[in-house]
Amino acid sequence: MENLIALLIAAPLLGAVVLLCGGRRLDAVGHWIGTALAATSFVIGIVLFADMLGKNAEHRAISQYLFSWIPVGSFQADVSFQLDQLSMTFVLLITGVGSLIHLYSVGYMEHDERRRRFFGYLNLFLAAMLLLVLADNYLLLYVGWEGVGLASYLLIGFWQHKPSAATAAKKAFLVNRVGDMGLSIAIMVMFTTFGTFAFGPVFDSVGKTGEGKLTAIGLLLLLAACGKSAQVPLQSWLGDAMEGPTPVSALIHAATMVTAGVYLIVRSGAIFNAAPDAQLVVTVVGAVTLLFGAIVGCAKDDIKKALAGSTMSQIGYMVLAAGLGPIGYVFAIMHLVTHGFFKAGLFLGAGSVMHGMNDEVDMRKYGGLRTYMPVTFVTFGLGYLAIIGFPGLSGFFSKDKIIEAAFAKGGTEGWILGGAALLGAAITAFYMTRVMIMTFFGEKRWQPDTEGHEPHPHESPRSMTIPMIVLAFGSVFAGGLFSIGDSFVHWLEPVTGHSEGNSPVSALTVTLATMVLLVVGAGIAYAQYGRRPVPVVAPRGSLLTRAARRDLLQDDFNHVVLVRGGEHLTRSLVYVDHTLVDGVVNGTAASMGGLSGRLRKLQNGYARSYAVSMFGGAAILIAATLLMRAV
Amino acid sequence: MNPVNYLYLAALLFTIGATGVLIRRNAIVVFMCIELMLNACNLAFVAFSRMHGNLDGQIIAFFTMVVAAAEVVVGLAIIVSLFRSRHSASVDDASLMKL
Amino acid sequence: MSAQLAAYSTSTGEAFQFWVLGTVAVVGALCTVFMKKAVHSALCLAGTMIVLAVFYLANGAYFLGIVQIVVYTGAIMMLFLFVVMLVGVTAADSLKETIKGQRWLALVCGLGFGILLIAGIGNASIKDFNGLAKANANGNVEGLAALIFTKYVFAFEITGALLITAAVGAMVLTHRERTERAKTQRELSEQRVREGKHVPPLPAPGVYARHNAVDIAGLLPDGTPSELTVSKTLRERGQIRDVSTEALSDLKALEQRAEERLERTNSGEGSK
Repeated sequence: MENLIALLIAAPLLGAVVLLCGGRRLDAVGHWIGTALAATSFVIGIVLFADMLGKNAEHRAISQYLFSWIPVGSFQADVSFQLDQLSMTFVLLITGVGSLIHLYSVGYMEHDERRRRFFGYLNLFLAAMLLLVLADNYLLLYVGWEGVGLASYLLIGFWQHKPSAATAAKKAFLVNRVGDMGLSIAIMVMFTTFGTFAFGPVFDSVGKTGEGKLTAIGLLLLLAACGKSAQVPLQSWLGDAMEGPTPVSALIHAATMVTAGVYLIVRSGAIFNAAPDAQLVVTVVGAVTLLFGAIVGCAKDDIKKALAGSTMSQIGYMVLAAGLGPIGYVFAIMHLVTHGFFKAGLFLGAGSVMHGMNDEVDMRKYGGLRTYMPVTFVTFGLGYLAIIGFPGLSGFFSKDKIIEAAFAKGGTEGWILGGAALLGAAITAFYMTRVMIMTFFGEKRWQPDTEGHEPHPHESPRSMTIPMIVLAFGSVFAGGLFSIGDSFVHWLEPVTGHSEGNSPVSALTVTLATMVLLVVGAGIAYAQYGRRPVPVVAPRGSLLTRAARRDLLQDDFNHVVLVRGGEHLTRSLVYVDHTLVDGVVNGTAASMGGLSGRLRKLQNGYARSYAVSMFGGAAILIAATLLMRAV
Repeated sequence: MNPVNYLYLAALLFTIGATGVLIRRNAIVVFMCIELMLNACNLAFVAFSRMHGNLDGQIIAFFTMVVAAAEVVVGLAIIVSLFRSRHSASVDDASLMKL
Repeated sequence: MSAQLAAYSTSTGEAFQFWVLGTVAVVGALCTVFMKKAVHSALCLAGTMIVLAVFYLANGAYFLGIVQIVVYTGAIMMLFLFVVMLVGVTAADSLKETIKGQRWLALVCGLGFGILLIAGIGNASIKDFNGLAKANANGNVEGLAALIFTKYVFAFEITGALLITAAVGAMVLTHRERTERAKTQRELSEQRVREGKHVPPLPAPGVYARHNAVDIAGLLPDGTPSELTVSKTLRERGQIRDVSTEALSDLKALEQRAEERLERTNSGEGSK
């Protein structure tokens, strides 16, 4: 069974190689090759999963050693994989949702002449992501980490003919570099501290290490997670990343890649458990981001950007949960999986809407689409109910648990974090209801585009609706399935550990409070957008709205602090360079030049002149000799 | 008379020769001045030989003569070919070292 | 002369010889430097060298003294004269300095160098002269030979190699490979006819009653000298003598003299 692990990665990698190197002759069948290989990986995942279920909880983790990658003295990097319950969860999510989105892309990218390349990139992404979650050491994880960064860059900028897409890809890449720097430094610190970076030995030696070092490693890992998972302060790239094709947004920027940060924190749980300060920072980052993303999501009129804000916010929940330690690890992953289902479904629904609306993304130009695309409406609606935490659906179980866990943290922190999570739930209800109403309810507001084509909303082809339906099933039932008898907790407990914590408020109270806030949030949204007609042109809005439209000024902040600061620093350095360094250099050169110009006159080309200097030199030598003798 | 006077004479002749090298432009005369300097050295060597009571100084002077002969042969050949190509025996005319 | 005396001083005869011949040598050296014509310089240098040869002999270097006369004065100086003739015997150098400050620098350096050198010798305070009586006991030439072929044999061999190299070098430098066959008289005359100039033989140099030399250009009908009449070598050296105005100035001088004489006779007649 162990030998199958490498095949998980090999299948999509083969697809990427074949599709990217195969050339035009594969144009006709490339998308099916890509989809088939993704599905192959999924089937292998299922087989491994079945095998794993058949074992005892203690013996479920298996590993595969492939080859020694960099054997240099004490620096031993192996290519070896580890498949435990945590990795298994991710494998199934990645390959499952990945296969569905491959299928969806077949329809969505039908008219794109570079579809083969698109599927090649998707397969490359799958391979890198699987490498990330299957690696049994941090260095190999880093390879996968960079691999998904590369795939993300390529896919965001897939429509590179659009300057906005190219810029967005660049931005995502650059912001991610900051986080990657954190991961690479964390690996270096680990190597100097522990002498290794394999998961097992590192976690085993955590107990023997000072807390300061662990906190440093934890914070560096958090920086990496912030970059990849779009958490404050490295969140600015995710909104722009929506320039990529919608399946990319669904797969990479909603369901899988952006959750890699959560995976990293949960995987490194042993380190974080021993570094409470780092954990606190993680929870703060999570809480801030969940509110930040939610507020941004409220103000965006671009459906994908609203969903991106929501993604940011939901990952904020997961990071918050992951920062809570053993109380929250399981729920972070559980929310990650359910979020993978419903957010992917929501994005696919958004893609379906755009597909029917001539790629219009402004929700103010939608309205009343429920009759035109019923399947999309139903699946999107189920996703909507799941994300706001409607009782019985996935989001209800997973998000409720996180809020409970936040309260269970105890003390003032628990109250603050729990309060933030509750508030986030209310805002989530508001912005998702807003998206729902503006898109599917109310009167038609669509307009002819610049070329005069009136959009003809229509239901998407089968290849697109089937994945949406499957994901809608996931959104509805996953949470309940995981929660029956705490099956998910028991499943992950051997890897991440679990503790109940002692919540100052009962689970029922939390649930009721959540319900109340949910109704309030949805009600406000209905009052604002359902009762009144939605203006086609966005009103000016309050200061907060305007700020939120500009992503709460994150780009402005980056511009002023980083870009301007960098510019000023550069300018002052250039000034110093021009005046001081160049002054010294040029001054030396000029004085040398002047001196040479004078000395040059001695070099008149007459042999007799040179002879005089020789003769004079000889005279001086005699004088020196005589002087030395005299002394 | 002290035989050291031979050394003073050699020094004087050497200096005259060197000054001649510096102020004359005709390559042949310059060359003759060099010969004068070599002869002054020879005189000094011979005087040294007498001073020390062995013949090594004379041997060195002998070798100097041989080398001087070789030098004259090559030097005059150079002057002749210079004269052939430049129609002048002035050392200043060969100031091609200057740009 | 006893050996004891030789150690500290020399005979009166040698002292006399030194002061007389030394003066001659210094004068010869100065003349070598300051004579305008290279030939004179060479002759003065030869004189100095002969004086030096005498000094060698006086210092007990009999072999070197003879070699100095035979090789240096006889062979090398003659080589110099030969080259001087080849390059142009009459080409007098102008002693005017062309490089600014060169003469002053040379004089300062020369003076400084000479004073320092002489001061150095004086400073060395050499007292005892061993004399060569013992070293020359078996004869000077034999003593030299014994040293050359034992102690200095490698230097001697290398000097031989140097001489051969120098001889070959001189030949390489002065030898000019003839790349084409020399033209015969017939071909030359045919070429002249083809080119249409100087069809007759080249004109002869000027022949005058008072001058008859190859370096005087013949005059053209208008009285200007024709360079064609002088040999190419002399032309290149710039050694053509222009006597075209001499005839007129001579005539003028003749007339003047005749007038003076006539006047004198006239005045003589008048006084009568």
